[in-house]
Amino acid sequence: MVDETKSDKATIIVHSGDMDKIYSALIVANGALSMGMEASLYFTFWGLQRLQKGGLEKGPLSKMHFMGLGKSMIKSRMKKANVASLEHLFKDFKELGGKVIACEMTMEIMGVSKDDLDQDLIDEYGAVGTYIHEARDAKITLFI
Amino acid sequence: MADVKIDVKGETCPVPLVEMRKALRKAAPGEIVEVEGTHPASKKEIPMAVEALGLELVEVEEKDGVWKIRIRK
Repeated sequence: MVDETKSDKATIIVHSGDMDKIYSALIVANGALSMGMEASLYFTFWGLQRLQKGGLEKGPLSKMHFMGLGKSMIKSRMKKANVASLEHLFKDFKELGGKVIACEMTMEIMGVSKDDLDQDLIDEYGAVGTYIHEARDAKITLFI
Repeated sequence: MADVKIDVKGETCPVPLVEMRKALRKAAPGEIVEVEGTHPASKKEIPMAVEALGLELVEVEEKDGVWKIRIRK
């Protein structure tokens, strides 16, 4: 059984803070965890904003945002299709043992302190070395 | 008979897969987990996950668009 042994890994750099891309990152990561892999998400640049307190669902749509009109249209269609919320996906990600790393340099550039971030979501703070350490033995690595 | 039953009817990607995994993590070795759902891709993907997890796929059945997958941990 793969369950308790060291398993394959997926690592994703979450560079974008766009709502649809955060969905992609969490869905891929949760799929990897569900299929027995480890998964880690490295939040940097605009992605890091989604880890700010209350910021998870606040991202714009990457295309056709139209001052929020496009986003609310997509959100209503997602609701109709019974797509899980980002909060729900994030909760599942953590429950299945997913790891979240916050980029310290981004925090410095954006003037974000640890107190600004939702620390319940974050497992580790790090820089490029942390990402490479995660990614060098990963089977899947993506930049979203 | 299943020891654990998961109902993901009406749920879409990636919820059926995630709920299957959550249930399997909690199950004891040898227990049967039954997942019941309607999401078409998951009927194909849950067996893929079962194989990747090194577990036993006991049965897959479908009736009127509702599938049931039984897995032994």
